[in-house]
Amino acid sequence: MKYFRQLLCALLFAFLALPAASMAHEKGNGLDLQSVLWGHIKDSYEWHVTNIGDTPVIIDLPVIVKTSTGWYTGWGSDFEEESLATGAHKGYRPCKKSSSLFIATVGNYERRIVEILPDGKEVRPFDLSITKTVCVLFIDAIILLLCILLPARWCKRHRIDDPAPKGFTGLMHMFIMYVYDDVIKPTLGKESDKYAPYLLTCFFFIFIANIMGIMPFPPGGGNLTGNIACTFFLAVCTFLVTNFTGTKHYWKDIFWPDVPTWLKVPVPLMPVIEIFGIFTKPFALMVRLFANMMAGHAIALALTCIIFIMATMGAVLASTMTAVSVGMSVFMMLLEVLVSFIQALVFTMLSAVFISLAHVHEPSEA
Amino acid sequence: MSLLLPDSGLLFWMTLVFLVVFLILWKYGFPSIIKMVNDRKAYIDESLRKAGEASEKLANIEKEGEALLRTAREKQATILREASETRNAIVEKAQAQAHEESARILADAKVEIESEKQAAIREIRTQVADLSVQIAEKILRQKLSSEDMQKNLIDRLLDEVTSAKQSDRK
Repeated sequence: MKYFRQLLCALLFAFLALPAASMAHEKGNGLDLQSVLWGHIKDSYEWHVTNIGDTPVIIDLPVIVKTSTGWYTGWGSDFEEESLATGAHKGYRPCKKSSSLFIATVGNYERRIVEILPDGKEVRPFDLSITKTVCVLFIDAIILLLCILLPARWCKRHRIDDPAPKGFTGLMHMFIMYVYDDVIKPTLGKESDKYAPYLLTCFFFIFIANIMGIMPFPPGGGNLTGNIACTFFLAVCTFLVTNFTGTKHYWKDIFWPDVPTWLKVPVPLMPVIEIFGIFTKPFALMVRLFANMMAGHAIALALTCIIFIMATMGAVLASTMTAVSVGMSVFMMLLEVLVSFIQALVFTMLSAVFISLAHVHEPSEA
Repeated sequence: MSLLLPDSGLLFWMTLVFLVVFLILWKYGFPSIIKMVNDRKAYIDESLRKAGEASEKLANIEKEGEALLRTAREKQATILREASETRNAIVEKAQAQAHEESARILADAKVEIESEKQAAIREIRTQVADLSVQIAEKILRQKLSSEDMQKNLIDRLLDEVTSAKQSDRK
């Protein structure tokens, strides 16, 4: 610990030197930090696992899009490198089988399939492709089903006075009951059984997706909970559950809260704030989960990329930074495991809180 | 910016997959696990309570058994004591009775012996009297076998009587 401060200082200086170094080398050598980062964080039509030598190992994924002329199905590998684009289609990766479909590499629809209409307009077709994230979603869903249905099957096959389950079943029982007893029950009380399946599904879905996202190789490695569509959907679910099961008193508190009348009569100040609040709560859920998981992925990748950026800067610096980077990566990895759990727990807990807030009853004391 | 816009395709699949997973888990997954674990918890609590009660009962039974044993011992001791007392009393009584009996028998025997003795004495006396009479008779017969002797005797007797009368007068 004596040298900890010196070490930290050296580390910080090294980080200060980083941007300049990366800038200097981005042009020269092959590594493009931005493209690596975004390539991982964003969705893609192929699952790029690794490179062996110069050959990329890629899991090919199906592409399903509805273009202006009808449905198109194919594979992600049908799209060629940008360098093969001709003429007006610079900045797009052309499709081998369709003359109007491209993957944009710049602009609003970067890395997405776009259709270029005959008049030259770029539009986004309705895209149902099994992208990397969708594929990860399927894998996570299957793992989630296995993780829950196997322990559930144990319950069906055993009587109440059988010895307690061991191993995985016992772990999952404990885990489920931890969330149920410590998160759902204290918040929702006697209504917890009604909402427990939804909240537990949310928890385990997010937790498994987070953990699988940390894993650096298939079947993990996708960035599902760090994708806004996923968190958006989960937040919408909580929003719907909250507002559709809300009691009369909940709605009364929104439109006619117990505040001085001048706050609500000529100008409905409080109702507007309350209505705004209905939307900000799930919005916060969405952004929190998304930002946490995306930042985790970005940091993990950035720390790994340091090694490759430094590799060209001389043996001493490279080896020092490699050691530092590996250390930091291990630390971040462990932190991410913790964050995975905490974010799943926070999402579930806040959903439970929002649901319980929508179940207020007329206070008994007048 | 595209990072912050939900993608329609992923949203579609997410909705589909999440709803399917949710429905399956709602129907077959979580409720059965929660119910099972809660039932087991209740069962275990109940069993623990019962075990506690049973051990309490056992302790009570042990205590009762000990108490029972103790009273039994006490009773045994009293019974033994009483028995020995009774035995002693019986023995004493028997001894006393035996003494009494022997004394009575002794006394009876003495009385009998005495009466027998008296009877024997009386008999001896009568026999002695008879014998002496007979002896006297025989002696008299021998002595009075001759006339002279008879006269002599009569004279002596007469003398004796007269001398006796004279001495009476005196």
